Amino acid sequence: MKPYSIYISGVGGQGIIKTSTVIGEAAMRSNIPVVMSEIHGMAQRGGVVSTELKIGDAYSPIIKEGTADLLLAFEPLEALRALPKLNRKTSVVVNTSPIYPSSLRQSDVPYPDVDVIMDELRSKTGEVFAMDAETIAKNAGHILSLNMVMLGGAAAVEGFPLSKKLILDSMRSNLPEKSIPINMKAFEEGFGICSKG
Amino acid sequence: MNIKEVLTGKENDKLFLLGNEAAVRGAIEAGVAVASTYPGTPSSEIGDVLSKIADEAGLYFEFSTNEKVALEVSAAAAASGLRSFTFMKHVGVNVAADSLMSAVYTGVNGGMVILSADDPSMFSSQNEQDNRHYSRLANMPMMEPSSPQELKDLMKDAYELSEEFQIPVLMRTTTRISHMRGVVELGERKEAPKKGFFKRDPKRFVPVPVTAREMHRELVGKMEKLGELSNTSPLNQIFDRDGRIGVVTSGSAFNYVMDAVNEENLPVNVLKLTLSNPFPEELLLKFMEGLECVLVVEEVDPIMEKDVLAVVGKHGLKVQVHGKLDDTMPMIYEYTPEIVLEGLRKVTGVDVNILELESTELSLPNRPPTLCPGCPHRAAYHSVRRAAKNLGIENIIHPTDIGCYTLGIDSPYDAADYLLSMGSSIGTSCGFSKATDQRIVSFIGDSTFFHAGIPPLINAVHNKNRFVLVILDNRTTAMTGGQPHPGLPVDGMGYEAPEVSIENLVRATGVGFLETINPLNIKKSQEALERALEYDGVAVVVSRYPCMLIKNRKRPRSDAIIHVKQDKCDRCSVCLEELACPAIYTSEDESVHIDPMLCRKCNVCVQICPERAIGAKK
Repeated sequence: MKPYSIYISGVGGQGIIKTSTVIGEAAMRSNIPVVMSEIHGMAQRGGVVSTELKIGDAYSPIIKEGTADLLLAFEPLEALRALPKLNRKTSVVVNTSPIYPSSLRQSDVPYPDVDVIMDELRSKTGEVFAMDAETIAKNAGHILSLNMVMLGGAAAVEGFPLSKKLILDSMRSNLPEKSIPINMKAFEEGFGICSKG
Repeated sequence: MNIKEVLTGKENDKLFLLGNEAAVRGAIEAGVAVASTYPGTPSSEIGDVLSKIADEAGLYFEFSTNEKVALEVSAAAAASGLRSFTFMKHVGVNVAADSLMSAVYTGVNGGMVILSADDPSMFSSQNEQDNRHYSRLANMPMMEPSSPQELKDLMKDAYELSEEFQIPVLMRTTTRISHMRGVVELGERKEAPKKGFFKRDPKRFVPVPVTAREMHRELVGKMEKLGELSNTSPLNQIFDRDGRIGVVTSGSAFNYVMDAVNEENLPVNVLKLTLSNPFPEELLLKFMEGLECVLVVEEVDPIMEKDVLAVVGKHGLKVQVHGKLDDTMPMIYEYTPEIVLEGLRKVTGVDVNILELESTELSLPNRPPTLCPGCPHRAAYHSVRRAAKNLGIENIIHPTDIGCYTLGIDSPYDAADYLLSMGSSIGTSCGFSKATDQRIVSFIGDSTFFHAGIPPLINAVHNKNRFVLVILDNRTTAMTGGQPHPGLPVDGMGYEAPEVSIENLVRATGVGFLETINPLNIKKSQEALERALEYDGVAVVVSRYPCMLIKNRKRPRSDAIIHVKQDKCDRCSVCLEELACPAIYTSEDESVHIDPMLCRKCNVCVQICPERAIGAKK
């Protein structure tokens, strides 16, 4: 199977690696080959965190520039930073609530307006599903369910190679039992927003 | 997945494992009895997983004081007939190198694997040294996996090879393998003896000149035999696509090559070297038959390229060799699919699919890693600056060390001026103290102090230096994910353990000034630091407060939040500009606020506000 490439980016502490693992294990359970790359270490201290996944036949998890099928951006600025990996057909699921870099005050470069970021994404990628995942997560019961809002969004995107049921099964086996109801709610909210029609 | 499945998973089960987790499973399947490390990214998760499962797996695991000690623990276990596993980041091998060189001379009885996790492109390291050189320097067989499955499988091969030739084996990974996740099919677990027996044999295990000469002869003999093996081993594999061009590659570079060759349908043959030292001369000759040119695709140094050139030169062949030395491939940093594709384009002349890439005209602010909100290091840095300012000291030098506190390099802390390696803050302070008349305040973390800080502190006292050493004791090895160290009441397997006192160690060296501060108490900390700066000699200040990331840390019970009283705040920006805490921010009207989601209630901003405009409210 030709690999389906997913680039996931955001900021340390947003649950990006867990989300990626849920997707990877879902692929494994359905006997589809999958490889994933994560970066640990210094990135945890408020830095950029990104993972790359290829679902299908591939040796390396690293996505060639301009070839990602899906971008899952947990933070608007990080969506834009991911642009070199994307093309005009890449589907984008993006959280619209920003996390400002703590060094912003020492920086000469201001944080771009979120609307400007969204316009830029829309003009340079495929379909963009923008949602305030932070507020959705809080309404679902806990801000830490933000990653499951994003995962729900990903699962709804046309062309995503894994069924919703597979993802939900993988979710259940990866998350603490008591957090499941909130995370399920968060997932369904994200799925609903990014489903067509 | 529950991480315990690395241990409890049955034969033929499939798990989605990180390279580092796969290494642990491989060690368990191979029947490793003793494992030891000092934490370092990208190898850290191996220790994190072992510390959770070692007890249940029936093996002994420790976080050693440093990598040299870790290697010595494992070497002794292997000399006693047990299978042992020591692992570290690439620069850790430098620390261990003294004993490593001799462990290869003495050899082993039980199998011994030394895993070096290299970090091309320096995601979390101070250099990108290529530890494949150690396999040549020490005369040691080396294996280079290119996926988690292969890493797991190679562990078994490595132990068998190690025992057959009675020699330690170097398992060399890179960040992209250690932190790659893939489907791993598990194998059978080998039951292993828990205790070995050391049969004394000084001629074999004590390298003094007369015995070492014999050991070196034997080592060279072993490597010759291993050379024959690397020519025939199934670990070294030819992918024949009937091409006139060949690629020699290993590790994660192999993955990029195969993806490019498959996607672009390129007519190239590939030689994948997994048992890559000793270099398989005969196999390369066979591979090169009928080829016009060879491209060597390897990350960081041109090591295999020089091996290939040597074989071509020795046999007077006409095959062209491309790689780093003729600028076909870049000399530094890790490779990417694009770099490898470009290299293949140059040698094949095939018009590979070059994509037009999207980019943005917008400037994007960076997001560098930073000290966490509430981090005790931030408070310590602030107090050092204030103390020096109060005493009118200028041109101060801040030697620093390896850990989160290296982030003091950023403004406004400006608390990192010189760094070489673990423990170097103290050794270089000795040098600056002799070489300049400047004042010196150096920083070292608790785990780093135990690792390599004690010998240079002895040196400092004995050689009558003058500087202030601040030991930033945050009660954990924070940067690598919070592993224990000898200053804590718990060991690597989670058992209660004696705490080694930093203060007692410092006193024992004869340091004349020693005070311990709580860095979150700003006034007392500044006063202590001023006394230290006035002391004529080596002054040590232990700045002790737990890392904000430690789980189960005692948290303030009060549900009050820290806020800025807008009627009192005159927007002087002292809190913003001197602390730069991520929780403090300005809104569009320039008013100052504290984000209650980020604030850890350390109260440092409350203490430094000149207008007393920051306080708690219910």
